[in-house]
Amino acid sequence: MGSLTERYKDNVLFTTSDSIINWSRKSSLWPETFGIACCAIEMIAAGCARYDLDRFGVVFRSSPRQSDVMIIAGTVTKKMAPIIRRLYDQMPEPRYVIAMGTCAISGGVYNTYSVVQGSDLFVPVDVHVAGCPPRPDALLHAMVLLQEKIAGSQKQTIPQSAATKENV
Amino acid sequence: MIMRNQFPLEKIIDNFSGRVSVDPNVTDMPCVVVIPKDLVELCLFLRDNDAFKFNFMADIGGIDFFPNMPRYQLVYHLYSISLGWRIRIKCPLDDPPKAPTITHLWTTANWHEREAYDMFGIVFEGHPDLRRIYMWQDFEGWPMRRDFPLRGYKDKYNPFGEERPTTNQDPVGDIL
Repeated sequence: MGSLTERYKDNVLFTTSDSIINWSRKSSLWPETFGIACCAIEMIAAGCARYDLDRFGVVFRSSPRQSDVMIIAGTVTKKMAPIIRRLYDQMPEPRYVIAMGTCAISGGVYNTYSVVQGSDLFVPVDVHVAGCPPRPDALLHAMVLLQEKIAGSQKQTIPQSAATKENV
Repeated sequence: MIMRNQFPLEKIIDNFSGRVSVDPNVTDMPCVVVIPKDLVELCLFLRDNDAFKFNFMADIGGIDFFPNMPRYQLVYHLYSISLGWRIRIKCPLDDPPKAPTITHLWTTANWHEREAYDMFGIVFEGHPDLRRIYMWQDFEGWPMRRDFPLRGYKDKYNPFGEERPTTNQDPVGDIL
């Protein structure tokens, strides 16, 4: 073992496949550029220079096919819900969902005929961010929580909620 | 800008000889009440008469006075860009509500009338494209009517809504 350590110490790391895969996944969480209400303004602020989500490896992408995370930033109407579901279905796995703000979590004050009463009803949500709207700090915290969740997962059991298989 | 007290309101009243009345409770702008049958004629007069030149149809609103009768009302707001005047036209409607379209007078009325149709179920006769504009096509009901439940009907996206009544007593559905 000693000779092996000496021989490779400068250019080889030993780790588990779970660790390296999870490390790469959590270090490049690319969310979709998809804001549907006022929470999007806070999401944009979180991505800009002052709060700078980029330092967590979070870079906004404009296509669901290049994205890992969907941030549902705002009120989801019943008319919009099937569109969000379609975007979610277009994302490659493993994929994660952050419900940002009270409206996305539960419908918020909009307990009306046109608003979905919580994103859980049509996509599996990993992190809920409370607030109306949440400050950019809260969204940063959500990203860190999601990274912790990914780091704790095993390769074979990447959390894909049962709701993925349902016909929603 | 021409002062409001110079607005020739009596000119409208005289021209329509009893078919158009003034709403005395309105203070912010001239306001006239007309039945649906005379609506198009009144609008055409206000648009083309040189004393008014109402060339901009600013808004169409709907009201449901349930359970009072007449149940519905359309409220039109016109604006004269050249003369700086505004006028409000109120048009009471029966139940089921039907009104003539003014899309051929002001093209912008197209979407406004679709909105009134979408929210109140007011049918505009002669409208070129009377579809819902906010809600999706399969949506059932007229959300801004006072007998529509505030929290909507129960479905998969809204588990807290009211149960939908079994019998469909929607009169507008029978018209279309």
